[in-house]
Amino acid sequence: MQRIGVFVCWCGSNIAGTVDVQAVSDALKNEPGVVFSTNYQYMCSQAGQDIIKQAIAEHKLTGIVVCSCSPRMHEATFRKTAAAAGLNPYMVEIANIREQCSWVHKDMPIGTEKAIILGKAAVAKVNLNTPLTPGETPVTKRALVIGGGIAGIQTALDIADAGFPVDIVEKKPTIGGKMAQLDKTFPTLDCAACILTPKMVDVAQNDKIRIFSYSEVTDVKGFVGNFDVTIKKHARYVKEDVCTGCGLCTEKCPQKKVPNEFNLGMDNRRAIYIPFAQAVPKVATIDPNYCTMLKTGKCGVCSKVCTAGAIDYKQKDEFIEEKYGAIVVATGYNPISMDKFDEFAYSQSKDVITSLEFERLTNAAGPTAGKLLRPSDGKHPHTIVFVQCVGSRCDSCAQKGKEYCSKICCMYTAKHAMLTRDKYPDTDVYVFYIDVRTPGKNFDEFYRRAVEEYDVHYVKGMVGKVTPEGDKLKVQASDLLTNKQMHIDADLVVLAAAIEPDKSARPLATMLTASMDTNDFFTEAHPKLRPVESPTAGVFLSGTCQGPKDIPETVSQAGAAASKVIGLLAKDKLTGNPCVAHSDEWMCNGCSSCERVCPYGAITYEDKEFRMPDRTTAIRRIAVVNPAVCQGCGACTVACPSGAMDLRGFASSQIMAEVDAICK
Amino acid sequence: MKVSYFPGCTLKNKAIDLDIYARKSAEVLGVTLEEIEEWQCCGGVFSTARDEIATKLASVRALKAAHEKNYPLVTVCSACHNVIKQTNHAMQNDAEFAQKVNNYMAPEDAYNGETQVYHYLELLRDVIGFDTIKGKVVNPLKGQKIAAYYGCLLLRPSSTMQMDDPENPHIMEDFISAIGAQPVIYALRNECCGGYVTMESPELAKKKSDAILENAKAAGADMIVTACPLCRYNLLKNGTDMPVLYITELLAQALGVKEDTNG
Repeated sequence: MQRIGVFVCWCGSNIAGTVDVQAVSDALKNEPGVVFSTNYQYMCSQAGQDIIKQAIAEHKLTGIVVCSCSPRMHEATFRKTAAAAGLNPYMVEIANIREQCSWVHKDMPIGTEKAIILGKAAVAKVNLNTPLTPGETPVTKRALVIGGGIAGIQTALDIADAGFPVDIVEKKPTIGGKMAQLDKTFPTLDCAACILTPKMVDVAQNDKIRIFSYSEVTDVKGFVGNFDVTIKKHARYVKEDVCTGCGLCTEKCPQKKVPNEFNLGMDNRRAIYIPFAQAVPKVATIDPNYCTMLKTGKCGVCSKVCTAGAIDYKQKDEFIEEKYGAIVVATGYNPISMDKFDEFAYSQSKDVITSLEFERLTNAAGPTAGKLLRPSDGKHPHTIVFVQCVGSRCDSCAQKGKEYCSKICCMYTAKHAMLTRDKYPDTDVYVFYIDVRTPGKNFDEFYRRAVEEYDVHYVKGMVGKVTPEGDKLKVQASDLLTNKQMHIDADLVVLAAAIEPDKSARPLATMLTASMDTNDFFTEAHPKLRPVESPTAGVFLSGTCQGPKDIPETVSQAGAAASKVIGLLAKDKLTGNPCVAHSDEWMCNGCSSCERVCPYGAITYEDKEFRMPDRTTAIRRIAVVNPAVCQGCGACTVACPSGAMDLRGFASSQIMAEVDAICK
Repeated sequence: MKVSYFPGCTLKNKAIDLDIYARKSAEVLGVTLEEIEEWQCCGGVFSTARDEIATKLASVRALKAAHEKNYPLVTVCSACHNVIKQTNHAMQNDAEFAQKVNNYMAPEDAYNGETQVYHYLELLRDVIGFDTIKGKVVNPLKGQKIAAYYGCLLLRPSSTMQMDDPENPHIMEDFISAIGAQPVIYALRNECCGGYVTMESPELAKKKSDAILENAKAAGADMIVTACPLCRYNLLKNGTDMPVLYITELLAQALGVKEDTNG
């Protein structure tokens, strides 16, 4: 028989405001096995924990129930308290009488009654608890970073700096991400390439970092400390270790009409290409969709001009398998498609562009060598209209845009407007906004400068329609402050398109069993207290894959994710979760139901010799659970037709005892 | 096949061409438009007042008549279509509204939005198919540059109308291609013609219509085609020399069931 102690927490007035805590501790005193019951203002405080420790010693308790907040908050705290008093930590049960009781009820008698019932259920469970001891698993001291933008680069550099090897997997032929496409960065206006490319070179030169460019993660197995990852390295038809990056092939390739994705299709590249001058690795890549040799077998110019002999038309996709202790997701973002926003005539006129296209138009390495010229006729635009929130904060049109604020647009639009006025003072610049949101260090000052020093016309209101007519774009808008309609004949319209997570994020989340929100942003383990960890152990988040962020925030989060990874890799062994499944070999009939439902591949089968009651021996096929791989989800216990599968700490008998206690 | 047909008041006088050629063309394409008996005016505007049922009863009666025959209900006029489709949507999704209507009408069987409502263009696209139409064209309108004019009612509110993307539609352009002509895309094809203010502010209506006509002309159109009698009236009244035709007229012409070739 257990000797159980019950500890009811007031949580100040959080619980005590709607639950009569004295009545709860009195009622639970009479439950089977309970030898001690009390209540206290803050059980999680040092004084509260001391009450628990003292009671364990004084009353020789074998199990405790804490009626308090969600186990997600303080289960770990109370387990430690129990362990310090010499009690097995798995003899602790939490009855959640805050989030699931006091916070959702207003009426004291109802709240109290429910708290007592929840307490009884926890007591019933503890009566059946048994001490559990977690196992230990070794840690593979290597990290994987998925995505080679500024987030992935910074994370990899920081991890490598601590002495651990890191691999970056980047699906494009070069690392650098979106930041490599930007011109200047707010609020200091330093050039993006000048601050990014030295970091890219650091990555290339760091002997702890390997770059798998033009590659994707195709499979992830295992668990924290021991991930088995398959990386698909796409054939680039160029030997990476031989190519010197001289670029001769990219000048001689006769296939000149390939839309250049680095410049967002505003100019063309060759079928063999290096995305930009500072690419890392600086290695050419053949685009198989356009290469004449790969399509027809006739050409071979690049192979002829390559003095290093790096071209290999027969190269095949390669699969690499590697073990990692931790995985960092840094898959980044993309601007949303403008297809559903044709009121702005994006599909009808070349002179309606997105802000990222504007970045390329003003970038010295862009299609116009940094001169601001209209894509349609190459003329200098004299009136430019910037439209903010295109697809952002779209609560009435969720099927078309995004409900969230994309966060970066107010600042980059202010930057675009200011730089345009600075370089071309003869240009009239309008910015249409819903709200200008510029919190951040030196951000609002930056925006004020655009308005006050650079005379950018900021208009509160949205553009309703853009009508291309002749060589003008007729912009119809409303000025909400004067309540007047505006008609502007613009030469260029720039749309601040909402940003969304990269499309590769959703399948990746499935592989990693990491959760996502409805917008496909990765979910953090706790929105305030664990913002760089995913709820899946060993998976960390860096940059915009978790939510819209600017560069300073991305870099801070990248560093934070790296420090979490370093903390993990610094350990030699990880303590596992003992609440895992196990099979009763006498009841198991080897049907494979459990194996089929296990999402972690933790169940295998073996043939085992049994001595039967009639003294004969029999070979039977039975399920075996690998406790290091099992995550304790319990799917197998439900699937098992013979009831052989059970979960330690959450045994069917324990759950039923809880249900009985609630229904009594 | 047979479908129930709601022509609407305008199609019985001002817009008689829209009606006649809708029927003739449908026959050629194997669909008989069976006019609902004793139909009443749709009311012209869908009232957004949620406690208002009186103006919506005519639509419910038409919908119910189609339901009794187990036919889909086809409309041609943009305004009728808008009112009937929105009413049907409310009958499906607003239980309180549907109950009020059913209580008032006290029919033997309650009506809860079961009828499938098609605009004539949807009938062409989803039931008959533009490819089938292409096969039946005897008089392709080759070389004609035609600007589709959607107006405001045909596509909006898009979550209810569910016909096409309200900002970048292509159903009429696909129709124009199917009858052998060349569609002209221009920005103002889904803007309001000013029809609803044409009585109280003729200048504003003219401004709106002129902008549409100019924009279509600048994009190279020879002709405008529409499904809405009010739009056509307004564009012609304020218009230039740009012909404005109904979709059904062009269809009949392409199918060879229209006597005089217009435009």
